[in-house]
Order: sequence, then C-alpha cells, then structure tokens
Amino acid sequence: MTFNMNMTTIVMQRQLHSYFATPIAYVFILMFLVLSGVFSFYLGHFYEKGQADLSAFFNFHPWLYLFFMPAIAMGLWAPERQMGTIELLMTLPIGQANAVIGKFLAAWLFAGLALVLTFPMWITVSYLGAPDNGVIAAGYIGSWLMAGSFLAIGSCMSVCSKNQIVAFIFTVVVCFIFMVSGVPMVLDSFAWAPQSMIDFIAGLSFLTRFDAIARGVLDLRDITYFLAMMALWLYLTQVMLQRNKAK
Amino acid sequence: MIRVQNLTKRFDLFTAVNNLSFDVSPGEVLGFLGPNGAGKSTTMKMITGFIEPSQGHVSVCDINVSQNPQAAQEIMGYLPEGAPAYGEMTVMAFLHFIAKVRGLNGEEREKRLASVIKQVELESVLNKPIETLSKGFARRVGLAQAIMHDPKVLVLDEPTDGLDPNQKHQVRELIKGLAKDKIVIISTHILEEVSAVCSRALIISEGKLLLDGKPDELERQSRHHNAICLQLANEYDDMQQQLASITDIESVELAAKIEDRTFMLFPKEGQMLLPEVVRWLDDKQWAVENIHLEKGRLDDVFRQVTRAHSL
Repeated sequence: MTFNMNMTTIVMQRQLHSYFATPIAYVFILMFLVLSGVFSFYLGHFYEKGQADLSAFFNFHPWLYLFFMPAIAMGLWAPERQMGTIELLMTLPIGQANAVIGKFLAAWLFAGLALVLTFPMWITVSYLGAPDNGVIAAGYIGSWLMAGSFLAIGSCMSVCSKNQIVAFIFTVVVCFIFMVSGVPMVLDSFAWAPQSMIDFIAGLSFLTRFDAIARGVLDLRDITYFLAMMALWLYLTQVMLQRNKAK
Repeated sequence: MIRVQNLTKRFDLFTAVNNLSFDVSPGEVLGFLGPNGAGKSTTMKMITGFIEPSQGHVSVCDINVSQNPQAAQEIMGYLPEGAPAYGEMTVMAFLHFIAKVRGLNGEEREKRLASVIKQVELESVLNKPIETLSKGFARRVGLAQAIMHDPKVLVLDEPTDGLDPNQKHQVRELIKGLAKDKIVIISTHILEEVSAVCSRALIISEGKLLLDGKPDELERQSRHHNAICLQLANEYDDMQQQLASITDIESVELAAKIEDRTFMLFPKEGQMLLPEVVRWLDDKQWAVENIHLEKGRLDDVFRQVTRAHSL
C-alpha cells in the first residue's frame, strides 16, 4: 500500500472536521489549559521555585497526557466501527496506511493546538524573568512528540474496539505501563533480570525520556524513540485493521 | 467485467458464503436475491474489498480485489447496507469529502456535485447534518456518494430499503438510467424490484448459488407460469369442480374467498389453457368479470427454491 499525501490530507481534514463539529473539542482544550495551569502553579510551585523556566509546567505533561491523549485518540476508530462508517471508509480508494496516518495526524494536530494555546505560560515566564527560549522550545517539541506516542497507542487501541470507553481505558493502561517502566519501583521488581534487560525496560519509559526533555535536553535518541513509538503503534493499527478485514 | 470464483467466507464455524462463482458483464444489472442471512451482503463486502475471502477470489475489470483493493475501489461505487455516513457532517460537507477522495477537483468537482445532487434530489437538505435526516434522505445521500465518480461498477446493498413508493420508483429509474455500459449489482429481498430493474437475478441461500437467470426465465419456473386467473361475474353451482373438468387442466384453486368467485387454473405440463378455457366459458354461458394469463411469480420460485434448500 502506497503512501499518498493527498489522501492522507483528505482523511485528516475530515477527522479534524469531526473533532470540531461538537463543542466537546473546545471544552476539552479549555480543560487542558486550566489543568496544565493548575498543575504548574499549585503542584509544580512555579512561583516558589523562583526559576525562569517552564520545568514546573512540562513536568506534569506526562500525567496530563495520560488522560487527555486517550480521550483524543479513542474517537479515531471505535465510532467508525460502531456506526458502520468504517465500511464506507475502507471501500473508498484511500488505502489503509493513508487512513491510519491521516486520522493520527488529525489527532496529533489537535493535541498540538492545545499545546500551542498554553503560550500564556511562556509569556508569563518571559515577563517575570529571562528564560532560555531554546530550552522552552525544546520542551514544547519534546512534549508534542510524547503526545504523538500516546496518540499512536490510542489509535491502535481504538481500532481494536467498537466501544470508545473500552478504547480509552485500554489506552490509559498501556500508556501507564510505558510511563512507569522507568521508575525505580518497577525496575527493582526486575532485579532478577540481566542488566541489559533492565536497561531496555528503563529505556522504554516515557517519564525517563521526557525528564531530560523537560530540562531542555533534546537528545536525538529521545526524538528517535518517540518517532519510533509512533511508527510502531501506527503500524500495529494497520495490522489490526487488516486483521479485522480478514477475520 | 466482474469475475467471482469459488468465493467462500467463513466466520468461526459459520459459513456465510459457500463456493460462489459467477461473472457479470458490462450492461448487466444483477439482482442478488435471498432470504436474510443468505450471504448477499457478505458477498458484496468481498467484491468491494471490505473483507477478505477465506477462499477464492474476486476480480473487477481484471483487477484482483484482494491484491490491489485500492485500484479496484477506484472503479467501484458502493452503497453499504444501511447507508452509513458521517452523521455529524452536513450533506454538502460529506459529498465534498467523497468527491475529493474520488479525485474530483475544481470546476469538475462542482459540476459533478451539482449533477449528483440533482439526480438524487438532495437540494433541500444540503446544509443539514446527516444524522438529522429521515431514512429516505439518508439512503439517497448514500446513493449520491456511490455514484459520485460515475463508476463503471456500482454495488448497491438494498438501495431502496426504507424508501417510500415514490422514492423507490425514483431510485429504480436512476439505476435503469445508469445501466447502459455499466455493471450494477443490487441486493434486495423485494422481488418486484428484480423484475423492475434487473436483467439477471441470482438466488442465494445459505451462501450457495441456487438459481441464475433472467427474471422472466425464473418466473417461468413458477407454478403460476401460464396459469389462468379467472374471476366470474356470477355464482354458479360447483364452480370449482366444473372448472376442473376442462381439458388440460391439472388443478383449480380458489385464489381468494369463495364470495370473490376468483379461481386459479393450473395447466397440465406445457399446455396453453387460454383458448380452451375461453371456449368452455362461452359454451357454458358463464359471465366473466376478469380473466388473465399469469406470467409466473418470482416469489413462488424464491420460496420454492430457498425452502427446498433449507430443508
């Protein structure tokens, strides 16, 4: 199946259209902005830290995304299966890969929009001090890449179920596993395993990867990791689509 | 040309389509007939590349659907069962989406949209969300979507389901208007539809092909073929017994209530009854209200074939 930018764009536009067809998208973005603010100021002690950076803001992104990204992704495929429109979509000459990528891009852009709308945080920190804008840009890019990984997992879970809520829950569970795989508590329980395996498990963790990014270190390996996660889960989405077709 | 070869689809233990083979040529309007669950929709889903066959294959204009679904889908228009569409979109936005997917651009797209909208009479609902439409309009949106790119091959799963008689007539006219050099496959369980639009009918039951022929050929297999429906104007003694004594009559059945004085006269194998019956009635001086020759009934054949099969 060949990648076709044009088809991908058409699918993406339609998906974005359906995101914004109801007020839910606006409520969703508003919630995201409010919560990210609350987390940075109250839990992250943005003021008390007295640092001219956004680490207080970025540090909570993995936890925010754990619930927000599955909610964006659950609607990618599950309702299509529920309403039967998947039969229409899959019999139009779009191609599975283009449909998978187009839908994912719509979700990723939507997440990107929510992220961009947090710009008052950047204005605030710039007003209060002289932050390193490179670090902040790296944080935003890293955060968006991580959002993409969450969404790609959500895309795959959404194609596995007709029920959005089921898709949501499974996505939260899988994302949670990928988040905590780097924390000492989890790694300690693998104490019996060889060091290479422990390193591998730790390497899978969103938290470990994003920790560095939030501090402004945008390592090529971390970028590659998030891009690879997206590619893998989108590929799995297509595998599941093909499996549904042959079932 | 569509070629379906040894097509089989199994779902776990259930065989939905069982070794089905047939060809369809351009210009043919093929009617899929069969009871619910006969495998009509499943067959259509395989022709259009929505599901993979367990065995066998389908080619559309020499393109193997399993190997190259996208190329096959480009030349097909498909109305899935229930006419699914994105409910939150307006009719116009939805049709624009379809037109874009079908590769129509600029002025060509606008022209084609206008013509399709006119053909299925959607003008009055263009700006309404599809989920607010009546069943009839929703079905017509599905049809508009299927014919958007003027496809060579049109696959319609129950195109007239949920439409009122006027809309049914309109959709049938539309299909007839299309058919000239195209391949059209429709599924239905409305038998009059087959006589009305199809040039050929396949009767399927439990996934197997039971009969394949022109609608009038199928009708000829009906026990009502060449039977005479007779309504007498007055009451006479022992009407049924007397009628049964006419030469070449196999049996006489009451076609309605006795007060209606309507009988169905069945001929012996291969006999033409009409001249003999007319002569006989003339001799007897029986007054006739109505008499006509039956062409045969598709629903007879349908029931005969599908029942015999499921027993």
